[in-house]
Amino acid sequence: MSEMVEQHFAALKPAVDFCSLRLVSRQDEAIEVRQDILQPVETAHDTGVMITVVDGGGLGYAATSDLSLSGLGNALERATGWARRTAATAVVDHGKVARPSPVGEYACDIEQAWQERPLGERIDLARGECGRLKTDDRIVDWSASLWWIAEEHLYLTADGGRTQQRFEYLIPGLSVTANEGGETVCRRFGGFDLGRQGGLEILDDVRFYDHAPVIADEVLRLLAAPNCPTGTMDLLLDPDQMYLQIHESIGHPLELDRILGDERNYAGTSFVTLDMLGSYRYGSELLNITFDPTITDEFATYAWDDDGVAADKQYIIRDGILERGLGGTTSQMRADQPGVANSRACSWNRPPIDRMANLNLEPGTSSLQELIGAVENGIYMKRNLSWSIDDSRNKFQFGCEHGQMIRDGELAEVVKKPNYNGISATFWRSLKGVGSADLFEVLGTPFCGKGEPNQVIRVGHASPPALFADVDVFGGE
Amino acid sequence: MKSDFQLLADELMTQVQGQEVLLLNFNGEETDFVRFNHSRVRQPGHVHQRYLSMELIDGERHAAANLTLGGGRHCVNGQDQSQDHPQATDVLKLLRERLVELPEDPHLLYSVAPLSTEIEGEDGLPAVEDVVDQVVAAGEGRDLVGIHAQGGIYRGFANSLGQRNWSATHSFNLDWSFYHQADKAVKCGYAGVDWQADEFRTHVDRALEQLTVLEGEPKTISAGRYRVYLSPVALADYVGVLNWGGFGLKSHRTKQSSLLRMVTDGVRLHDSVTLRDNTAEGVAPNFQSEGFVKPDSVTLIDAGAHADCLVSPRSAREYGVEPNGAGAGEGASCLDLAAGDVPMAEVLAHLDTGVWINNVHYLNYSDRPACRITGMTRFACFWVEGGQIVAPINVMRFDESLYRVLGENLIGLTCERQMILDSGTYGGRGSTSARFPGALVEDFNFNL
Repeated sequence: MSEMVEQHFAALKPAVDFCSLRLVSRQDEAIEVRQDILQPVETAHDTGVMITVVDGGGLGYAATSDLSLSGLGNALERATGWARRTAATAVVDHGKVARPSPVGEYACDIEQAWQERPLGERIDLARGECGRLKTDDRIVDWSASLWWIAEEHLYLTADGGRTQQRFEYLIPGLSVTANEGGETVCRRFGGFDLGRQGGLEILDDVRFYDHAPVIADEVLRLLAAPNCPTGTMDLLLDPDQMYLQIHESIGHPLELDRILGDERNYAGTSFVTLDMLGSYRYGSELLNITFDPTITDEFATYAWDDDGVAADKQYIIRDGILERGLGGTTSQMRADQPGVANSRACSWNRPPIDRMANLNLEPGTSSLQELIGAVENGIYMKRNLSWSIDDSRNKFQFGCEHGQMIRDGELAEVVKKPNYNGISATFWRSLKGVGSADLFEVLGTPFCGKGEPNQVIRVGHASPPALFADVDVFGGE
Repeated sequence: MKSDFQLLADELMTQVQGQEVLLLNFNGEETDFVRFNHSRVRQPGHVHQRYLSMELIDGERHAAANLTLGGGRHCVNGQDQSQDHPQATDVLKLLRERLVELPEDPHLLYSVAPLSTEIEGEDGLPAVEDVVDQVVAAGEGRDLVGIHAQGGIYRGFANSLGQRNWSATHSFNLDWSFYHQADKAVKCGYAGVDWQADEFRTHVDRALEQLTVLEGEPKTISAGRYRVYLSPVALADYVGVLNWGGFGLKSHRTKQSSLLRMVTDGVRLHDSVTLRDNTAEGVAPNFQSEGFVKPDSVTLIDAGAHADCLVSPRSAREYGVEPNGAGAGEGASCLDLAAGDVPMAEVLAHLDTGVWINNVHYLNYSDRPACRITGMTRFACFWVEGGQIVAPINVMRFDESLYRVLGENLIGLTCERQMILDSGTYGGRGSTSARFPGALVEDFNFNL
């Protein structure tokens, strides 16, 4: 199919300043076994093309699932029409944005290919783990899931650029829910936060087969646990909550398109302004945040973004100081600031915008025991359950599934419904401990929403556990 | 688009074998999207997309696949044929092969009583270029940001039992904000099927009047409990969180519903609260993917008491009840809260001293069993004293149980209600809607 599309694109010979074609072909298979019954296996094959035209300083796009020569011709005509029609009213002179013509190929590493295992065996992987979750009558719902995605991206420019990238992703998940009277609690592993690139070897890498008995036991302990107390205390966050903390209170506010105002009608603006880039103290000296497309199994690793810009690792925050924002070439020109290769679209039918891709907290030097041992009065929270933050990405409130009190440097009782809130602009300055490299976990979510029209995209976040001082903590009712 | 789908459906139905049943769901749109920032065009474009979902059933086994369609038709051996025919035929063969690999599904349920329906809306949309010109002109000298979407949305269903359903609508949805500065803005929307320049101008003028109020010095209020007015849009967003596992039968039977205490503990809301999924007065298609046609209305909360759940076909089979047209997610598509008895003109007087909340943002449960929902105020929200708007407020976080907001702390609902059309475009343009009054609430908890 890609050969046919290439031939059609070559035949179109667009008479414009710049023209690119982006073909995305995606396959999905989602397997879920719930209460030991296989749910409908969801499979999908989605293929389409976006043509982008820059002409006379204007930009237009047209996306189509009609891959015939006439279908692509119609798309080119529409994109050209939009570019010319809006050139005089465009927010930026698109003719001045650097548009590379890259050439090359990239493919993610696959050790055990999903498709080489028969469907029945793939189902059995989930069925086997589901069967280990129902350990008590108080467990009222339980499931295991595997979501596989394969994508091929072909990017062509009329002046000879051609990149081809192949990705495979796997998102494993376990979930267990326990109830007694009017109280219900849940415990999960993966699903929302554990997507990685690769094949079935990911299941071993993340110890998928170890977690069913652990979360089945923990959910029952939670059911019997008291509510999280209210107070100001030290807060130790596990990587499966750190990913969300990084995502919401560092990633989004640093996206240049938010800072430039594009998202103000929908996802929101940012408390960060352009004049803060390069000098603002975002966090304590322990805070080192990188945009890192080089970790091969992380969710948003790639060689080129959807504007054809080569991706490389960049420090965003170094020793607590904000160095640069997260923006692709268009935003970089508008802001007159450096950025990163993060102009990305969720699929063929949406235009690229600034997304955070892989955004990681670099490891520190503390062992988990050292982090716990440093706490006189605090709480250790695991796994995100609830998330909310204001449109400037400042006032946040997050909840976790599992809390455990820390007293005098020792783990104490389990508590349920732990929540905490704070303000991004000051929260990261209270960072007082970062876990070492052996505690660094590669996580990521397939569900980052943003953009008009709306786009949901994969982002990767890797982090060790981290310790914060004097955080407002509270529980449920 | 309808004839393309029906031609393809007819072709595929001829390939059904023996006792097999084939279900087809079509989802297409032709949309112009134009994004604005600082009153200029940020990203303009067009999307042509067509998706087909195919589900092949044989006894208790079933297999399904989604695929993208190119659309159109061509002549093959003198006969009119869908261009997507070869690809769809291949997928049908794959599904047949896959059936033998899959176990029987004890929760499979689909409609076997063919009930065909058709809604074919007229295309009265303006030239999109004219709309863009009007929007840019309205933003001149101001800071306008948002998106305009317009075009056709198409949904179809067909099965090998003879059922055919079709829904075609042609609509626009301009969703924008006028910004004063920083995070102070007036949020606006103009949606429908018949764009009227005068009506758009009225929306703009009304928004600009509100914008002048935002020019005052903003007030920062302390955390604590306040009397508030939630606008219809804010209340719809707040109550809309119940669509995340509040209404579905599955969430009730697995004890995960945020309304569970209404069933287990007899918790009641205020007597004036009657909440329905009102399909008849919404804009979403009235059929779902297993072929069931939705009833005109399902009452979810009746005069403060829990009433019915939304029941998908799978849940119906699993729990031995009748389905009521819900999709797999068991969420409402046309949420409708009954009007109250507080005239809109008297809201400020009733509020007296408190917070007028026009918009809320980023809602989530903070304690699901307690139906406690946290979120932020956003856009134009005001401090009110002595029944007069005094100042815009800086954003505040709230964390409050719906059991209190629509229960013991509800002062009243407004007589007037607002129809709110979904401007969401994840994957495709949304078709959900809500019709809500505003609400006066006592002791609403702001915590940050």
